[in-house]
Amino acid sequence: MAGKDDEYERKQSRDISRRRFLKGAGLTALSMANLSEAQAAKEASAAIRGPGATAVTLRVNNAVHNLQVEPCETLAETLRTQLGMTGTKVSCDRGTCSACTVWLDGATMCACMTLTVDVQDRAVTTIEGLAQDGKLHPVQEAFIEKDATMCGFCTPGMVMSCAALLARNSSPTLDDVREATCGNFCRCGTYPKVFAATLAAAGKGVK
Amino acid sequence: MKRFEWVDAKSAQEAVKLTDSSAADLMGGKNTSAGSVIKAGGIDLLDLLKERVLPATRLVNVRTIASLHKVSVDGESGDVTIGPLMTLSELAQHKTIQERYTALSDAAAHIATPNIRNAATIGGNLLQRPRCWYFRSSEFNCLKKGGNTCPAIHGENKYHAVFDNEICPIAHPSTTAVALVALGASLELTSKQGVREVVLEEFFVGPDKDVLRENVLSSGELISAIRLPNKSCKSAHIKMGEKDSFDWSTGDCAVAIQVKDITISSASIILGAAAPTPWRAKQAEDFLVGKTMSESTAHEAAKLALAKAKPLSQNEYKVAMLEVAIKRALLKTSGLNR
Ligand SMILES: Cc1cc2nc3c(=O)[nH]c(=O)nc-3n(C[C@H](O)[C@H](O)[C@H](O)COP(=O)(O)OP(=O)(O)OC[C@H]3O[C@@H](n4cnc5c(N)ncnc54)[C@H](O)[C@@H]3O)c2cc1C
Ligand code: FES
Ligand code: FES
Repeated sequence: MAGKDDEYERKQSRDISRRRFLKGAGLTALSMANLSEAQAAKEASAAIRGPGATAVTLRVNNAVHNLQVEPCETLAETLRTQLGMTGTKVSCDRGTCSACTVWLDGATMCACMTLTVDVQDRAVTTIEGLAQDGKLHPVQEAFIEKDATMCGFCTPGMVMSCAALLARNSSPTLDDVREATCGNFCRCGTYPKVFAATLAAAGKGVK
Repeated sequence: MKRFEWVDAKSAQEAVKLTDSSAADLMGGKNTSAGSVIKAGGIDLLDLLKERVLPATRLVNVRTIASLHKVSVDGESGDVTIGPLMTLSELAQHKTIQERYTALSDAAAHIATPNIRNAATIGGNLLQRPRCWYFRSSEFNCLKKGGNTCPAIHGENKYHAVFDNEICPIAHPSTTAVALVALGASLELTSKQGVREVVLEEFFVGPDKDVLRENVLSSGELISAIRLPNKSCKSAHIKMGEKDSFDWSTGDCAVAIQVKDITISSASIILGAAAPTPWRAKQAEDFLVGKTMSESTAHEAAKLALAKAKPLSQNEYKVAMLEVAIKRALLKTSGLNR
């Protein structure tokens, strides 16, 4: 919830600053000069960015996006609000439920606990990027086959954790699957079917 | 989160130039004009920022400094140096650490979730702030944030300390600290003034020394290395929690034992989630020297370790938890675990 509040608050402050800008369009030359002096001083002392929006280049699912983000924006917020990729869910917004699991250079991370400015040159993979050439990832297929989803809120995170496991270990044991998903909370209790689906997907020879 | 500035430091030297505070400086109500803190994995910082209890105005990112992100073994002494940016997953899987400092790889492997371990660094793990819910809530101006009272002493104290708990009964949150203290680690600290070495056990301080902080890190100081002595010993870490999948520790223990023939020649027993600092069970250590490990010896040592515990109103269960953790860790180092 706090995450949503923050998002809301930031949108508001963006609106306010736009309004302020429009209102103050008759800025005097003097205050403009002061502004750029302050800016120059900042740039001289290493690249200090923010607190307002700063340019970032994100590589998400093999596509490059040039975006403006505030340093306090999380990757989950950027994916959901700027890129419209709402497959990544935010539940706890504190790193405790793994609903927001994405891959950074192939390693699973919580998008809610990653700042977008800190992604840097790491490649981001989201649930939207798992399917290839219009074909679902074997883990996604197996989730459907084994009926491994109930309300579905934890599902994208679960799938990302399980697919990451298969990418590093093509024939996992039940314990490996348990370990890989031990951070993924499912309120609906789909665990047994998640385990079965992942083992089934491995049987299909995922590399 | 409130807005803040961001800067990517390119080196340790640049990082300390750009940093003026520790999280403890900013949360203790002092030093209000300052506000730049070091950011490693960002897991603890983001939590504090989202809860609006850390008034940071700038994050100095050290995550991408490669020289702080490696493990090296000294060719002569055999001592191991761990860079503070090594993540918990990397340490859990590191061959040398697994072989020589099993307690540390065990500890790292059981912290939090796979996602968190992929981001969290060992430097940040040592410096994370305590988990006390009053401390982490913006609703309470507790003793640790410069307030006048500690609401936990007579309040909800289920997860708090059973030792040294009279002033502010936080339980030290770092699981890696428990293993590192047992293994005799020390820290290299870098600041604008220069470099100093501190034995890790002396780095951590209790509420009687300074209730506003958990360690002697100076403002803007960087942990630049963690050193482990080359000492042949057997070590183990056991963590107890409420859930099997993943959880915070409700009591954990690291032991490092040296054995000559079949007699114990030295023992180090450190308890986690037990006190405001990693807690040394001195009496149990002394008791073990000269003995041969057995189930009953381990049991007696565990009882001795907790003999002076003073649980609060809601955490008496921790005494039994810690006793079991000690016993299991001791038996594991001796291959007697079932
Ligand atoms: C669900 C969950 C469960 C968890 N369970 C456990 C557990 O069982 N045991 C446990 O120990 N932890 C646990 N944690 C906490 C987690 O391990 C820590 O938050 C993490 O290790 C902090 O490391 P970081 O690199 O992200 O630190 P950051 O958040 O980047 O930094 C933490 C603090 O250290 C300072 N800092 C970081 N690096 C340096 C440096 N090199 N020099 C100087 N200052 C520095 C920062 O200024 C900040 O104050 C859990 C967390 C979550 C979300
Ligand atoms: S929403 Fe990120 S871990 Fe819960
Ligand atoms: S399917 Fe509902 S939370 Fe997992």
